[in-house]
Amino acid sequence: MTDQADHSARKMIQVESLERCFPDPDGRDQTQIFGEVNFTVHQGEFVCLIGHSGCGKTTLLNILAGLDQPTSGHVFADGREVTGPSLDRAVIFQGHALMPWMTAMGNIAFAVESRWPGWGRSKVQAQCQKYIDLVHLTGSETKKPSQLSGGMKQRVGIARAFAIEPKILLMDEPFSALDALTRGSLQDELVSICKATNQTSFMITHDIDEAILLADRIVLMTNGPEARVCEIVENTLPADRTRSDMHTHPNYYPMRNHLIEFLVNRSKTFREEITAEGFDPKKPPVARPAASDDGTTSTDFEQTTKEKRAS
Amino acid sequence: MTLSLRSKSMILSIALFVVGVLAWHVVTYHPDTGPVATSLSGEERGELTSLGMIDADIDHYASFGIAFPQLKQIAGLGLSREMIEGAGGIAALGISAVSEASSPAPGSLFPSPGQIGVALWEAVTDPFYVAGTNDMGLGIQMGYSLARVTIGYLLAALVAIPLGFAIGMSPLIYRALDPYIQVLKPISPLAWMPIALFTIGDSEISSIFVIFICSLWPMLINTAFGVASVRTEWLNVAKTLEVSSLRTAVRVILPAAAPTILTGMRISIGIAWLVIVAAEMLVGGTGIGYVVWNEWNGLRLDRMIVAILIIGVVGMLLDLLLARASKLVAYTD
Repeated sequence: MTDQADHSARKMIQVESLERCFPDPDGRDQTQIFGEVNFTVHQGEFVCLIGHSGCGKTTLLNILAGLDQPTSGHVFADGREVTGPSLDRAVIFQGHALMPWMTAMGNIAFAVESRWPGWGRSKVQAQCQKYIDLVHLTGSETKKPSQLSGGMKQRVGIARAFAIEPKILLMDEPFSALDALTRGSLQDELVSICKATNQTSFMITHDIDEAILLADRIVLMTNGPEARVCEIVENTLPADRTRSDMHTHPNYYPMRNHLIEFLVNRSKTFREEITAEGFDPKKPPVARPAASDDGTTSTDFEQTTKEKRAS
Repeated sequence: MTLSLRSKSMILSIALFVVGVLAWHVVTYHPDTGPVATSLSGEERGELTSLGMIDADIDHYASFGIAFPQLKQIAGLGLSREMIEGAGGIAALGISAVSEASSPAPGSLFPSPGQIGVALWEAVTDPFYVAGTNDMGLGIQMGYSLARVTIGYLLAALVAIPLGFAIGMSPLIYRALDPYIQVLKPISPLAWMPIALFTIGDSEISSIFVIFICSLWPMLINTAFGVASVRTEWLNVAKTLEVSSLRTAVRVILPAAAPTILTGMRISIGIAWLVIVAAEMLVGGTGIGYVVWNEWNGLRLDRMIVAILIIGVVGMLLDLLLARASKLVAYTD
């Protein structure tokens, strides 16, 4: 999918020179959490952002959702500047963020009623049921979140996000609190729903395999404070990859090693890379880690100048 | 034999009750022995006989505990027993003898469980009689107290819950009102009574006002705390769904804060019930608190204790009611 990525497609999320500072505890100075963040998410694309904790991933997502304001820079969603939360951008939160006093159905209905206030009871019910069935929660409609397992709770969260049929889906490490087996099955469901609805998605994660499975492109963020987007990695695995077979593909290990190398080493030393290469934060380098014909790993860096010419 | 915790505790409760009542009974036991007969020496008896008193009369009067000097006076009258009785007894003839009823006067001794049981039965079987302004059934007096508490408490809820919402949602209002709350909260509700009586005048409304003031603070503080500590993630969900402030307040904040609000309401009803008794003692007229004071003044300790017992039972029922309501809004996270 990446290779044929249609860069003329509609830009659903555009992040331009985004910066967020937090005041220091003494209140006099400010610490920049991240700055000069630029990237784009096109329609129907699934983009993951990887970085260590503390690099401001959740803050970035909150700004995209409109729940937080940037210190400087702009975010455009479907061509319009983000000034606050919108029903066009659904959020799946890290904790499931379900209301414990509502049933599973009630939680989803709360979202559906907010999206379409004029809808009658039966129409709301039908919409909720459709997405409950989609996340395989049929039969648990009347259960309260406390009666559901961790995975089922997050399923309700996913159903709630999809049920309002958003233009953009934002996810903040939605599976990080789940065990590996549950996480796997939820990832599979997310892939199938996103594909079926051609959902534009942006997900924050620190799980490399999750990023390789789900993302068309992976935005790499360095450690905070003063975190930067250092590179954008295009997924070189075929679009029809699945969790069970992706590790057999020759490009899997080049991808994985490239990402691990980033998380383990480069995320710390990236500051030197920037100064050494005359790095342009507006056009971070694009990497395509893939296996060469001779079996060795090569990472093809597309030069910013080349890309400019191509577009 | 293994018993459930429930039945074990019940057995222990009953045992404690029985032991307590028995101990109480023993401590307050005063047998009604009647008068102790005066024992006369042969000489004294001879003297009385020489004054013309017959043996049967001597025995009769001595059995009432009448001492020898008085017996001599009776003998000196030279009247037969029939004539003395016909004249209205020895007391009527100017002889001061110990009273025939030597059992203690009611109120001079702490009532025994049995006496309280009798008073309780009377109170429970006839709770709505009206025999005068100071003599009404406990049901009626309890009605007065409950009405005052209900009105004052509901008014307090009407003020405290919206105001608590505002304080909880707005740090500005919180900071602005906090000093007043901190100063007014520790004032004993009864300290408001003189101000209320002076400004309002009417004692009835004054006691309602005191209930209002004392129920206000726990509800206000708990509502503000509950609203302020609603999880950010729930509010964020509402924000991303573009839910209006009013709908967020009703659908998200209210149910999220409801358990905390109900806790405040439960504390408030307890305090209101404590205060109404004191307020009614102070103001007087009607109400269960006034009953306690009135029975004390009339030294009817048995009836006073019954009133106190009933205050406890009604307070427990009020608490139980609020506990039920808390269960309705509780959620497990």
